[in-house]
Amino acid sequence: MSVSLTVGAYGVAFGAAAVANGFTVLQSCLLSLLTFSGASQFAVIGVLGAGGSAISGIATASLLGVRNALYGVIMAPRLKVRGLKRVLAAQITIDESTGVALGQELRGPDEMRKGFWYTGVGVFVFWNLFTLAGALGAQAMGDIRAFGLDSAVPAAFLGLVWPRLTGNFERILAVGCAIFAIVMTPILPAGLPIIATAFIAIAVGLKK
Amino acid sequence: MNSYWIATIGTSVIAFALKYSGHSVPEKWLSHPKIQRINALIPIALLSALVAVQSFSEKSKLMIDQRLVGLGVAIIALLLKAPFPIVVISAAVSSAVIYNWF
Repeated sequence: MSVSLTVGAYGVAFGAAAVANGFTVLQSCLLSLLTFSGASQFAVIGVLGAGGSAISGIATASLLGVRNALYGVIMAPRLKVRGLKRVLAAQITIDESTGVALGQELRGPDEMRKGFWYTGVGVFVFWNLFTLAGALGAQAMGDIRAFGLDSAVPAAFLGLVWPRLTGNFERILAVGCAIFAIVMTPILPAGLPIIATAFIAIAVGLKK
Repeated sequence: MNSYWIATIGTSVIAFALKYSGHSVPEKWLSHPKIQRINALIPIALLSALVAVQSFSEKSKLMIDQRLVGLGVAIIALLLKAPFPIVVISAAVSSAVIYNWF
């Protein structure tokens, strides 16, 4: 239940933010249906909203989507599905479904598979319904700044990154990347200052 | 087809390709510890950059406006361990107050 409510809140925030950043209601809903990965979706609307190109937006979103591939690697031998079922399993392979499944692992393979499918499908339904609600709400608003939506978007990003800042190393990386992006914004074409920070992450990850 | 449509479709196609490839490639390809570590760091870098750019720029210009207040309130909410909806709503409300009254 609490997972559903949180997902709903993210979904409203995403739908509203997407429209605030220039996407149509239809595009916002298609992103939630087809991309179905919160951080990637927020990233692509964030980059285009900041004036970045489609390629910059796709690249940033895809770099964030790589972790779903890693979840797939973990889940595939546990789910053992083929054909159409594998297509469906892939689409709902996200943070929540993988997390719940692994949390159920000690209770046996059946419970684990149940956790994966119930969570994945449940989040999918909530996420899409609330995206639609948020997008329609934002469309009805007019001047989004009067409702604070221009601040809701960075606050949502901050809420996504905050739980990942588990140590000083992560915090320094976060602040460093934020400063780098601000300094580079007037210099580089829009969108590139954001993608460039992924290479900082790769460089420090290789070195560490 | 404008850039918003290209972004919507391109992001969706690659997102699914990534998910499906994870279910299909041999486990050893992606389980290298360096890949795992980089994978944990990339979201931190990208999301932090997005926070900064979305808070302090419009198109390619830097600017300070009501969003600074919203960001400050969001940080306070997170330090107080507020749940995600409260973080977003408190940022939006404080920013809207500044925008409408000043």
